Amino acid sequence: MNFEHVAGKDKGQIRLFALSTCIWCKKTRELLSSMGVAFDYIYVDQLKGEERAEAVAEVKKYNPSTSFPTLVIGEKCIVGLREKEIKEALS
Amino acid sequence: MEEDFVEPASEEVDKLSTRLDKDAKQGGYNLNPDMDFVRGLIKGLLINERRYGYRACPCRLASGDKSEDLDLICPCDYRDADVTEFGACYCALYVSKAVLLGKLELSSIPERRLPAEEREKLRQRQKATGDVLGADIAKVALQLSVPVWRCTVCGYLCAREGPPEVCPICKVGKERFERFI
Repeated sequence: MNFEHVAGKDKGQIRLFALSTCIWCKKTRELLSSMGVAFDYIYVDQLKGEERAEAVAEVKKYNPSTSFPTLVIGEKCIVGLREKEIKEALS
Repeated sequence: MEEDFVEPASEEVDKLSTRLDKDAKQGGYNLNPDMDFVRGLIKGLLINERRYGYRACPCRLASGDKSEDLDLICPCDYRDADVTEFGACYCALYVSKAVLLGKLELSSIPERRLPAEEREKLRQRQKATGDVLGADIAKVALQLSVPVWRCTVCGYLCAREGPPEVCPICKVGKERFERFI
């Protein structure tokens, strides 16, 4: 999967599965950027065919309803813009 | 990734925003008072319209198969229940009066739409029970001069030969209607 990388403080592997058209996803990305942590994000709606299927399968592993944003920190998954939870997980 | 369509222009976003605001008010709904937020979502709707041919919810992943995605075309089938329970629909384009008046703050809400496999199971179940119900409904329907149609988005009911082209309350197309009686 081709993630976009955002440079910052290393807090382990942080992956954000998002939709380019979703405002909650945008806010989650902005929150991570404002926290200055390094993370990878991917816009699943911009993928097609096998690439999309692969990303959806990965999201499903952590979040069976395959909703967005799905944030995977190490093996911990946070669904939706949950500011408090995200800050706690990355503190 | 580059996409093969032109980004929606600001005028196009404004135009749809004005139209949706008017329709919402007419039907007793409210758009989110945060205009930047609304403009962002409406841009997403227009992008999805270019991408898939219909205005799929900007906060959900559409399959590209319209018949599979009917329930998430904006306004989605889940809007009313989510506005009632959480004060906003899933993407928060539509909000409750409490949110509009600033009495309730918004946050992202859980997904009400079932995953694809469970949606299919539900469809099968409904089909199975529908056959039984169908017999009862058929008895009532026999006594009616015309069938009754229900809008799956807002619950509007009308008695006529076929569903209306556009729901007079929430403005969705006739493909979102189901035979009720």
